[in-house]
Amino acid sequence: MGKAVNVKERANPLAETLRLRLDEDQLTNCMRCGFCLPACPTFAETGIEAESPRGRIALMKAVADGIMEPDGAFEEQMNHCLGCRACEPACPAGVKYGQLIEQARDAIEDHKQHKPLVKAARHAAFKTVFPHQKRMKLVGRGLELYQKSGLRKVARSTGIMKLFPKHISDMEKILPEASGKGVLEKIGAYHPAKGEKIATAALFRGCIMDVLFTDTNIHTVDLLTAAGFDVVIPAAQNCCGALHAHSGEAEGARELARGNIRAFKEANVDYIVSNAGGCGAILTEYDHLLHEDPQWREDAAWFAGRVVDVSELLVRAGRSLNFGVPSAGPAPEGDPKVRITYQDSCHLRNVMKSADAPRVLMRQVEGAEFIEMKNADRCCGSAGIYNVTQPEMAGSILDHKMEHVEATQAQYLLTSNPGCLLQMKHGIEKEGLSGSMKAVHIVDFLHERLHERTE
Amino acid sequence: MLQEDVKRELVAILGSSYVKDDPQSLVTHSYDGTPMLQSLPDAVVYPENTGQVSEVMKVLSRHKIPVVGRGSGTNLCGGTVPVQGGVVMVMHRMNRILEIDMENLTAIVQPGLNTKQFITHVEELGLFYPPDPSSMSISTLGGNIAECSGGLRGLKYGTTKDYVIGLEAVLASGDIIRTGGKLMKDVAGYDLTKLLVGSEGTLAIITEATLKLIPPPKYKKTMLAMYKDLYGAARTVSKIIENRIIPATLEILDRSTIRVVDDYAKLGLPLDMEAILLIEQDGDMETVERDIALITDICRSEQADQVSIAASAEEAEKLLTARRSAFTALARLKPTTILEDATVPRSKIADMVLEINRIAKKYDVQICTFGHAGDGNLHPTATTDARNQEEIHRVDEAFEEIFEAAIRLGGTITGEHGVGLVKSPFLEWKVGAAGMEVMKAIKQSFDPHNLLNPGKMFAKETRKRVVIDRG
Repeated sequence: MGKAVNVKERANPLAETLRLRLDEDQLTNCMRCGFCLPACPTFAETGIEAESPRGRIALMKAVADGIMEPDGAFEEQMNHCLGCRACEPACPAGVKYGQLIEQARDAIEDHKQHKPLVKAARHAAFKTVFPHQKRMKLVGRGLELYQKSGLRKVARSTGIMKLFPKHISDMEKILPEASGKGVLEKIGAYHPAKGEKIATAALFRGCIMDVLFTDTNIHTVDLLTAAGFDVVIPAAQNCCGALHAHSGEAEGARELARGNIRAFKEANVDYIVSNAGGCGAILTEYDHLLHEDPQWREDAAWFAGRVVDVSELLVRAGRSLNFGVPSAGPAPEGDPKVRITYQDSCHLRNVMKSADAPRVLMRQVEGAEFIEMKNADRCCGSAGIYNVTQPEMAGSILDHKMEHVEATQAQYLLTSNPGCLLQMKHGIEKEGLSGSMKAVHIVDFLHERLHERTE
Repeated sequence: MLQEDVKRELVAILGSSYVKDDPQSLVTHSYDGTPMLQSLPDAVVYPENTGQVSEVMKVLSRHKIPVVGRGSGTNLCGGTVPVQGGVVMVMHRMNRILEIDMENLTAIVQPGLNTKQFITHVEELGLFYPPDPSSMSISTLGGNIAECSGGLRGLKYGTTKDYVIGLEAVLASGDIIRTGGKLMKDVAGYDLTKLLVGSEGTLAIITEATLKLIPPPKYKKTMLAMYKDLYGAARTVSKIIENRIIPATLEILDRSTIRVVDDYAKLGLPLDMEAILLIEQDGDMETVERDIALITDICRSEQADQVSIAASAEEAEKLLTARRSAFTALARLKPTTILEDATVPRSKIADMVLEINRIAKKYDVQICTFGHAGDGNLHPTATTDARNQEEIHRVDEAFEEIFEAAIRLGGTITGEHGVGLVKSPFLEWKVGAAGMEVMKAIKQSFDPHNLLNPGKMFAKETRKRVVIDRG
């Protein structure tokens, strides 16, 4: 017989935390229509209801209602979600799934007894390194040393990397040249607009971006000034807190948010520009992150309202730029058009709602042919640190992604987020395509083709 | 909980990965798209082929364990909620297109195949499968067949039943039957194909279907007409049909829906309108242009306040936005959205909309109505909150009276969602006591131990018909 549903006495402390922390309105708003299922990458991979947003919300609600105890499988399921949030635009009822999954993970993390090694690693990453840009630079400097000193050569030739799990050693291979110096140290804090000034934009440099992709930050500044923006880079800014929020470290994320709000409020700018969809998305949600903090609520809304992705700002408010064949390098032979395609950053698309702007820019590049990739709007499996924590699922998602990538026969695979970029580089390497295809940040691609305005 | 020996038998057939009874699997198969219904099964199984379905049925039949077939669980009648526990049989692994026959214009598919995927596939081959339920991007063809799904194209092209010409199905005993075939004519015995379509999983588990395909229309045109007088809109609908025009789409939004949609999608719709009609015609260019011109004249002669005809595909998209946003806009209004599908003869559309409005007012609940005006299939949609017991009670009472009104106007309690659990207490109102006896006898002959989706279609007790209070 069907079981009657009783609310039991809760002996399980995690169940109680979940009940308190999960937003009951959001749980009720899910009407179980199932429209989110086709949008969900983990459902597409498995076809299993529990691996879908509707399934995960049903599990959360079952725990909150006392129908189910949050066991190990429950925790695992919450962590199996990529957090790509493709389900949110698909939801007729507007359920804020991203918030629910973060609330669930936050509750789980509060009760988690990590193994000592994992605990130390989490502490190091979330509390000691990410929050401090100077320490991030040290990591960058260390990585730079590793890569340049010959230690990398030693590590690779001795096969020491083989001691690490395959997915870690794979990632090591595709890490770009790291830098101990960030954008601020390299080019300074203030950059006036070329020509008449349209508005003032502050660059959000990001922690990983600034260590691994310093040049992309520099190129972002160049594009913005060329399009008519004064650019400032507030020195006191820190990590956005996205990885914290997605990994159940909500308080850590809030602390970082406060730091950033303070830094950008002082700079008093019209726009806060991000070139990483993953960072930009959480920046636009600082208002939600701090909505229970009366002291910060207003400033958080000020901040969130000004955040914009670089592509979106260029298209929406910038002077139009002239992109052509790169000024340096040999003239193309034969078919002069270079084929380019694009992998959406999930958070740029689903949270910042910016899917058109990058495509508008790519279509403006003379001498390039933009080819829309099938399922470009699907997560690539990178998803923050998902490819490290859930290598199996991430690997299977990447394999399917690479089939579509290959079908485009593009020479350039562009993205708008460092995590996606690394994952795409990894995919190209894995499929043995590195001879014919390059993964590049859209900003770098555009910058290389920017023809100076003749004014 | 499943007995250990039963579980062992199922594992022997399906393998351990495809028999699940962990809490996570049970919870995620305890619901479907219907609000406020939940009941845990004892196990979930995922068969891969007809042979496995048959073997599983034999085991369950021997142990008298109920079984509920399930596609994607998007139905709105509680059709796949396992109200008596038992085993939920998920058909997702049987998701292949077995054949597209270009000579006979037929397709053979497995039940777990996604509807949209199938439609896209046949369109790429230059063919057309018209049934288009709103859930088609996630629903399965097996689910569509079990519920006899309709959709926006129902008026001109018919519904699922008009495209299923053959079935393979597993009976409660485990026996396999085949009905129909690649045949446009077949009168050999009772039409078991049509009987199984819309049988809601109560007679057999469908394991394969032969579907009819048709050539796609070459040309399409979209238009919108707004009315200050609901009867003007309703007369337009009747007159279009009277003039021997069957549009591909003929949708209506009532006043309250227009307001909600405009508030959500900011379309700048005039808020003093009582109804909007969305009309599409398809076919060859000449006929379509002639039909649209004629329909425009009819709209004007019935005092349509505004008539817009899309000049391009982009403009057509814009006109379609209001109708497409209707469900989303309503769903965001309140936490719980109850979407019904009372259906009347199309000449009674205006009367039915007015009845719904009167009833909503009487019970002080918010009900917005939109739907397929062309086939009289309306979607009165209540927006409420499952946590507000008292209001939910009033919503239930209102819907009861709406069903009553639909029947009084010569209509039915459900046009395309099915009876399932939700409308089983009202089925007798529509089919009568003798009709119920025939249906029960059919059920008995297919499934003597009542193992296939028990608790659906036939309620323990028929609801007493409300006395109409016209005060």
